[in-house]
Amino acid sequence: MSISLSGIGASAGIAIAKAFRYEEPDLTVEKKTGVDAAKEIAAFDKALEKSRAELEDIKEKARQDMGEEHAEIFSAHLLVLSDPEFVDAVRQKVQDDSVNASFALRELADQFITMFESMDNEYMKERAADIRDVSKRVLSHLLGKPIVSLAELNEEVIIVGEDLTPSDTAQLNKAFVKGFVTNIGGRTSHSAIMARSLEIPAVVGTKTVTEETAQHAMVIVDGISGDVIINPDEDQLQAYRRKQEDFARQKEEWAKLKNEPSKTKDGHHVELVANIGTPDDLEGVESNGGEGVGLYRTEFLYMGRSELPSEEEQYEAYSRVVKAMGDRPVVIRTLDIGGDKELSYLDLPEEMNPFLGFRAIRLCLEMQDMFRTQLRALLRAGAHGNLKVMFPMIATLQEFREAKKVLEEEKEKLVSEGTPVSDNLEVGIMVEIPSTAVMAPQFAKEVDFFSIGTNDLIQYTMAADRMNERVSYLYQPYSPAILNLVKMVIDASHKEGKWTGMCGEMAGDPIAVPLLVGLGLDEFSMSATSILPARTQLTGFTKEEAERAAEEALTLSTDEEVKALVEKQFTLS
Amino acid sequence: MAEQTYKITAETGIHARPATQLVNKAGQYESEVTLEYNGKSVNLKSIMGVMSLGVGQGSEVTIKAEGPDEEEAISALDEVMKQGLSE
Repeated sequence: MSISLSGIGASAGIAIAKAFRYEEPDLTVEKKTGVDAAKEIAAFDKALEKSRAELEDIKEKARQDMGEEHAEIFSAHLLVLSDPEFVDAVRQKVQDDSVNASFALRELADQFITMFESMDNEYMKERAADIRDVSKRVLSHLLGKPIVSLAELNEEVIIVGEDLTPSDTAQLNKAFVKGFVTNIGGRTSHSAIMARSLEIPAVVGTKTVTEETAQHAMVIVDGISGDVIINPDEDQLQAYRRKQEDFARQKEEWAKLKNEPSKTKDGHHVELVANIGTPDDLEGVESNGGEGVGLYRTEFLYMGRSELPSEEEQYEAYSRVVKAMGDRPVVIRTLDIGGDKELSYLDLPEEMNPFLGFRAIRLCLEMQDMFRTQLRALLRAGAHGNLKVMFPMIATLQEFREAKKVLEEEKEKLVSEGTPVSDNLEVGIMVEIPSTAVMAPQFAKEVDFFSIGTNDLIQYTMAADRMNERVSYLYQPYSPAILNLVKMVIDASHKEGKWTGMCGEMAGDPIAVPLLVGLGLDEFSMSATSILPARTQLTGFTKEEAERAAEEALTLSTDEEVKALVEKQFTLS
Repeated sequence: MAEQTYKITAETGIHARPATQLVNKAGQYESEVTLEYNGKSVNLKSIMGVMSLGVGQGSEVTIKAEGPDEEEAISALDEVMKQGLSE
C-alpha cells in the first residue's frame, strides 16, 4: 500500500529512490564498576583520536563545499575535544570511581550541557548543542556503534530523518543523495536552504515521515508540491517519472535562456537579478543566468557567531561579490536585524512586537559604531565594481537623511585617509513600510532607487504578523491595496528619473510578474532558481498586454479577482 | 607567579573567537594558567571553562600563570588580550 504525506516543498525537483533512514545509533550507556581503569582510559583516548580525525575531515569538507563560515562551527567542536576540564575530568572519574569510560563521559557531558543550558543567554545555550554533538561522537566510538556517515553512501538514496544538522548536510554527497525528507523544518530552516543551494529536491516538515518509512522502501519526493509518496504503486511511479522528465526538460528549456537578456515578447527589457545571503551563493547566480544581485542580505555575516564581524572581514565578503559580478549591479542591504532575526551577542531586550520594534535601520542608527564599520566596508568594496547600498525599514525621510549623513561622514574619513572608495555609489532604500510608499514622491527626490520589500510591505499593510499562521490568509500579494502601493512607488521613482526594484517572494511569483511588468517595475530580485522560469515567462507576453492587465487589476476588488485575471490572460510557467 | 589584569573593552566581551585564541595560546605553555573574573577562577586552557564565565564588556579580569614558563605565557597572552579585546 502506498502512503502519501505532504510537507513543505523546500527545494524544487522530483526524486525517486530507496529510502535511507538516517538515525542515531542507540547510545545508551550502562554503568559498570570495578573496571580496569587504565584500559578504559586507553579506550577513551582512542575514541577521542578517532573523533578528532572525523571532525577534521568534516571541517575540511565543509570548508571546500560550503565555505569558511560553515566550517567555523567545527573548530569549536574540535576545541571541546581537547578541553582539559572536560576530558581530564572524564579520565579522573574513571580512575577515582573505577567506572567505565562511556559512563564517565555521559555523566560529565550531561553536567556541562545542563550548565550551559541553564544560562540565560542564547549563545551559551547553543554551546550546549555543541557539547551534545561532540560527546555523542566520542560515545559512538567508545561503544563501537559509529554514527553512520552520510559521506560514505555508495548508492542512490533519499535520506529520511527527523532533521539534518549542519554536520549532516556538510557531508552530503550529491552523487548519491537524490533528495531528502524530514519530519521538522520550514522553507527557511537550515536543511531547506542547504537543499536549494545543492539543488537536491527536498520536502521538510512532514511530521511523520520517519514513522511511515521503512529502511530501503521506495520513496518519491516532489519538492515542487511538497508531496511524498512511500511505497508508490506502478501507476504512481510512472506518473512521477514523467513528471521528473518534464521537470528536467523544462529545466533544459530554461537553461537555453541562461545567457539571454530578459525581454518581453516585444523587446521590453527588465532586469532579473538574484537574492543572495553569502558570497557562496554566487555560483547559483551564475548558473541561473542572473543579471546581477538585487539583494545581498548581510545578516548572515553577523549570524551564527559570537561577535561582530570586523571591517576587514566584511570588506572581503562584499568585494568578493562585487568583483565576481564585474559590471553587473550588486545591491547590498545594510544590517537588517531584529524582528524574527536575532543576534545573541548584541543582547537586545525581548520585545512585545519585534516586527514593529527596534530593528534594522532603527537599530543601526542607534548602534552607530557597528553601522559605521559596515558602511566603511561597503564604501571600500564599492571601489571594485558596481555596488549600491540600500537601507532597510526606512519609515521617514529623517531616517534616510541621517543614515546617508553617516555614510557621507565615513566616506570623507576614508578619502582623507587615502583609502580608495566608490565615487558614484548609488544609495537607495527598501520600501517596506506603507508610510514610505505613500511618501514615495518626496523620497524619490533624495534617494537613488527604491527596492520594494514585499514580505514586510504586505505584513505591515495588512497588519498581519507573517509568523502567525492563523492570520496567514491576510498575506495577499495580489491584493489591489498592495498593487496600488507598488504603483505609487514605481511612478514616483520614474518621475524623478530613478528606478524601482522589488526583492521579496512576489518578484518571482508567476502571477505577479506580468502585473509588475505592466506597472513598470525595472528590476526583479528573486531566488536564483526562479530567474530562468521568470525569463521564460516574460517571452510570452508584450509590455502592452501587461500594462492593460495591470491597469485593470488596480481597479479590482479582491486578490482573488486579480489572480483570476492573470490566470486567464497569461501563461504561468 | 606572574599575573596581569585587564579591562575588557570588546563590545561582545570574551566570546567564542577571542576565547578560542586565548585557549589555544594558553595551551602552548606548561604553566598552569587561570582566568579570574568576579571572584571565580577557571582554567584558561579550557574553552568550556572560559565561556562559562560569561565575561562581558567592561569586566575586569585577571590572568595568572604559575610554572616554569609563566613569564612567557603571560606575555604571549598579553598580546592576544590587546588585539582589540581589552586595554
